[in-house]
Amino acid sequence: MNARMLKTEEYLVEKEPYYEPVGNEVAIFEAAYRNRLPILLKGPTGCGKTRFMEHMAWRLKRPLVTVSCHDDLTASDLVGRYLVKGGETLWVDGPLTRAARTGGICYLDEIVEARKDTMVVLHPLADDRRVLPIEKLGVLLEANPEFCLAISYNPGYQSVLKDLKQSTRQRFVALEFDYPFPELEKKIIVAETAIDAPVAERLVKFAHMTRNLKGSGLEEGASTRLLVHAAKLIVTGVAPVAACRSAIAQALTDDAEMLAAVQELSSSLF
Amino acid sequence: MSELTPLTVQDIARALEEWLEVEFTFLQVGELATAIAGLSRHDQDFLLDWTRRISTTNIEIAYQFARRALSRLALVDRRILEAWALHAMDTYDSVGLRPALGIIQQDPFAGHGHERAAGALFDDVRGILLTFVRGLSGRPLKIAQGEVPYTDTETLFLPPVVAQLPSLQDNFALCKATATFLWAQTRFGSFRSGLTSVFAGYPDPDRAAARFHALESLRLDTCIGRELPGLARDIRRLNAALGHDGLPAPWASYRDILSQPAARAEDTLALLASAYAAPALPLAFYHGHLRLAAVEQAMSQRMQREKVWLRVKLAELAEELHPAHSPAEGTPPQFAVTQSDDDKTGLAQLELTLDGVPLAPPEGVRQLLTSIHLDLGGIPADYLTPAGPGEYDLQQWAERTKDPDDVWQGTYHEEGATLYREWDFRRQHYRKNWCVMREKDVLPVDDGFAEQVLQKYSGFVSRLRQSFEMMRDEDRLFKRQSNGDDVDIDALVEALADARDGREMSECLFTRMHRAERNIAVMFMIDMSGSTKGWINEAEREALVLLCEALETLGDRYAIYGFSGTTRKRCELYRIKRLDEPYTQEVRARISGIRPQDYTRMGFAIRHLTELLAATDARTKLLVTLSDGKPDDYFDGYRGEYGIEDTRQALFEARRSGIHTFCVTIDQEAQGYLPHMYGRSNFVLINEVRQLPLKVADIYRRLTT
Ligand SMILES: Nc1ncnc2c1ncn2[C@@H]1O[C@H](COP(=O)(O)OP(=O)(O)O)[C@@H](O)[C@H]1O
Ligand SMILES: [Mg+2]
Repeated sequence: MNARMLKTEEYLVEKEPYYEPVGNEVAIFEAAYRNRLPILLKGPTGCGKTRFMEHMAWRLKRPLVTVSCHDDLTASDLVGRYLVKGGETLWVDGPLTRAARTGGICYLDEIVEARKDTMVVLHPLADDRRVLPIEKLGVLLEANPEFCLAISYNPGYQSVLKDLKQSTRQRFVALEFDYPFPELEKKIIVAETAIDAPVAERLVKFAHMTRNLKGSGLEEGASTRLLVHAAKLIVTGVAPVAACRSAIAQALTDDAEMLAAVQELSSSLF
Repeated sequence: MSELTPLTVQDIARALEEWLEVEFTFLQVGELATAIAGLSRHDQDFLLDWTRRISTTNIEIAYQFARRALSRLALVDRRILEAWALHAMDTYDSVGLRPALGIIQQDPFAGHGHERAAGALFDDVRGILLTFVRGLSGRPLKIAQGEVPYTDTETLFLPPVVAQLPSLQDNFALCKATATFLWAQTRFGSFRSGLTSVFAGYPDPDRAAARFHALESLRLDTCIGRELPGLARDIRRLNAALGHDGLPAPWASYRDILSQPAARAEDTLALLASAYAAPALPLAFYHGHLRLAAVEQAMSQRMQREKVWLRVKLAELAEELHPAHSPAEGTPPQFAVTQSDDDKTGLAQLELTLDGVPLAPPEGVRQLLTSIHLDLGGIPADYLTPAGPGEYDLQQWAERTKDPDDVWQGTYHEEGATLYREWDFRRQHYRKNWCVMREKDVLPVDDGFAEQVLQKYSGFVSRLRQSFEMMRDEDRLFKRQSNGDDVDIDALVEALADARDGREMSECLFTRMHRAERNIAVMFMIDMSGSTKGWINEAEREALVLLCEALETLGDRYAIYGFSGTTRKRCELYRIKRLDEPYTQEVRARISGIRPQDYTRMGFAIRHLTELLAATDARTKLLVTLSDGKPDDYFDGYRGEYGIEDTRQALFEARRSGIHTFCVTIDQEAQGYLPHMYGRSNFVLINEVRQLPLKVADIYRRLTT
């Protein structure tokens, strides 16, 4: 069996990632970073959290390590483990340890998806000790002063199981994300896809219609990400109603009646 | 294709005589039978089948239907005739024979119906259109069936069938246009209070109302055109197909005024005097009707209610944000609403501030603000004063907080209840809103019953706990992994041996814990019917104590509800333990307090518990019924096949929403009907109390491994 592949990416962001600030999040992030405070990004999926992290990594000129959390993610996956290679044991740092050592930004996306015990290793890193206990090595790693811990969490999935514990959340500076205001969202779609502004405007309207359905059959409305997808299809020549169906409606639901209703909404707009 | 031979007059007459019970009803079937005999076999079968189905509901309706449908067969699509029959039966179910006969007599397709039209049926379009209008901005609206299209500003009423155009697609589009126009009336402020008195100022108030409706149709059509250009295109096409176009003289100039983006209902009223004198403007079907009495009633109730709610919610919000702000200490919290006119996304963006600081209002407050804004065109200052403590008797304003027992005092009404449909196998269709269901609490009895049971079965209980503990979130250890949390000693020893012998050493030397987190929610539905009186009730209660004891070791979510009832109007579910409720002393006392009640109507219980289960996010959902016998109810026909078929249908619905259903029974004759309801492998027969938890453990194992 092969070593399990972790979904991690680590890189130094060289080109400025396009990010449209919605409020004062850039200033708050910078202030938190200077004060070595960990950061929690709250908000629905596809509203720009990942893009924001890339942008901040570029601004602060730190390498970014992103880990997408899932229900099999253990503490060892983050911290590191021994492997055996040609009869020799070999310690391999996990992404969290690597970032803490080298002074990178470690971004744990959708933190509540990870197993509960994973959270425990974050605690000493997230308070003013800023240390990472590596049990297997018997050491306490003091984080590099440039190291930054950021986690994201979607409070939309209201479920006791998937709630962030007080003991965790109270260690973080929280930044609240939401879908951008209509004007801004339109601007983002145009910037990302070069679509005509009037079409972008209708896409935003359509998004709001689906967001109205949150709780009446849809778990979430269309995110900015989905609008960008639809706009890309339209720019390539797909008819708007078809693009909305493939890129947005199908991503939101499998329910035939809901699909039909959402389709009626988009065909009323375009 | 071979044609079947038509039935003879004699065959038909004999069948009709039987279904229509002519022996007692003295209905004349001779002429009818002769006429039916002249139809093709295909038409005969259709007509006779529906006559028989309707006759199980009411003979008179069946007879009238047969006579009327006879002449419609050639003209109208079958689906429409079916819808017509069902609509008549629904009407019979809800309001009685006379209105139902009215439906049959007042042929809804006369006049405008297209020949053989493929009509859009209310039941088919309701779901889609409800979601559709919820997606549009504004107040969350409801959709219900009415004889003509209109709205009271909270519900959009659509007719049972729309068959204006030949194709189903176009008729659906027409329904959608209708729903949209009615929505536009609420969304773009057609209705301000006081319209009735404005119209009363005219010699002929009805004429004034009609002119107002016509003027508004001009204004709203252009609003729809701006908001929903795709739909406006459809409407133009439908209008052309219906021959509805062109505006007579003064109306074209009214339209020029009312199609301005800034035009409001006030501008419409300003034109009313002039339009009053003008000839009538024929409206399109989708413009619906104006039912001002319904509008004003709904509006005045809503406006009072929403003012109270808003003020109460703002008080809560102020308390939450500034707990120190007690009214005694002077400065009361100051709420204000600012409005940024963002017409591009539809509704004006309303922003709430508290003492000058903007805040994100909770969803409930936001909806109230929107709804009030739609009614009044703004938020009056007195709406924004938080309610003082005890200022309102909330009981009076809450929508559904009545104590079910109070509701039953006096005459029957359906306040505080949930209505469920029921499957009528003879009709081969549901009876809508048939069962009136209420949740009630079991009266707890604190008599140490649970402790006694645990004592009585003490040896068994510890064995039971053990066997359930074995099922706990099993941590399975995977061996010989290339990475993991611990060293796999066996693998290591082998590898070292290999290395010494000069063979290549394996790198898979670790063990790894794999946690299969079971995510299950279980609902136990307990028979509390009168027939459980005596040892069965005792046995059920004992079994529940043992069951809870066992389930507690697992940490899974589970709930217990008892069911019973007398007739469809009194279907009761008794809360013993809710899904999110811990197993407390109170719950134990409720188990002890389970007492046999009335009859065994089952469908409503399954449907309600299915909804509760469906609302959880558990990966595995399980509904286990514990019953002593088959469905049965007091002389409204639930006994026998009807009850069994309804139960079976309800279970089918549950399975369709992803719920596993099982039945544990102590009825020794269950073999006869349970497989039919639950499926061959989904029921078990037990003859001893202590078997229940063991059987439940079996079911768990089957589902989770
Ligand atoms: N404020 C923003 N500035 C620029 N692009 C944005 C912004 N918000 C959303 N986007 C677009 O939406 C897409 C999805 O955002 P992403 O950051 O992946 O969402 P999240 O991490 O919140 O799930 C991005 O790829 C980008 O195209
Ligand atoms: Mg992301």
